Amino acid sequence: MSFDKELDASGLACPLPIVKTKKALNDLTSGQILKIISTDRGSIADMAAFAEQTGNQLLSSSEEGGKYVFMMKKG
Amino acid sequence: MSTKKMALIATKGTLDMAYPPFILASTAAALGYEVQIFFTFYGLQLLRKDLSDVKISPLANPAMPMPIPMPVMVQMLPGMESMATMMMKNKLKSKGVASLEELRALCLETDVKFIACQMTVDLFEFEKSDFIDEITYGGASTFMGFAGQTDICLFV
Repeated sequence: MSFDKELDASGLACPLPIVKTKKALNDLTSGQILKIISTDRGSIADMAAFAEQTGNQLLSSSEEGGKYVFMMKKG
Repeated sequence: MSTKKMALIATKGTLDMAYPPFILASTAAALGYEVQIFFTFYGLQLLRKDLSDVKISPLANPAMPMPIPMPVMVQMLPGMESMATMMMKNKLKSKGVASLEELRALCLETDVKFIACQMTVDLFEFEKSDFIDEITYGGASTFMGFAGQTDICLFV
């Protein structure tokens, strides 16, 4: 899947992945896609909750070699 | 859709109890909430320019995980508080948890409003010059004005 911007939040704990995701989305326009990489186990649930509450769309959520990868479409 | 609001009351000034209000506030701000934190009693310590005196003590804190079991008599010894604080800070850093300074800066960056309890400042004869500038001083009714309209209101 193609994306417009990548955020590597590896090694960061709550709440930094969410706070940095919010910041990164500020630089995108509606419809653009942000790829987020995280090692925080809480971010699986948190990214979904973030998307639901902020009107952004979580396109995919997957795990690759101990890292969590999310595709977030800006609403 | 009107903006959601969250109000927190921060009453503790130890390293462990400093985290919840700053984490909740920065997260809520990221989710689009308008946030205010009312700092009262020991919570005022979290508004100091210099946060190096914010510490954690294993004493009377039996829930704190220690690398080795430590009798209370040992926890009382001079320097134990500083040692526990240093160990906790190292642990937080190694796990990628932001420092208090970072979290507080994130809150300010996202327009979280800090209210400092004027009564506490007077009670303990604190110097306002020791605190960061981004503060509104007020009392409980200042806080209620905002808290009364919130979706989430928590006492920490």
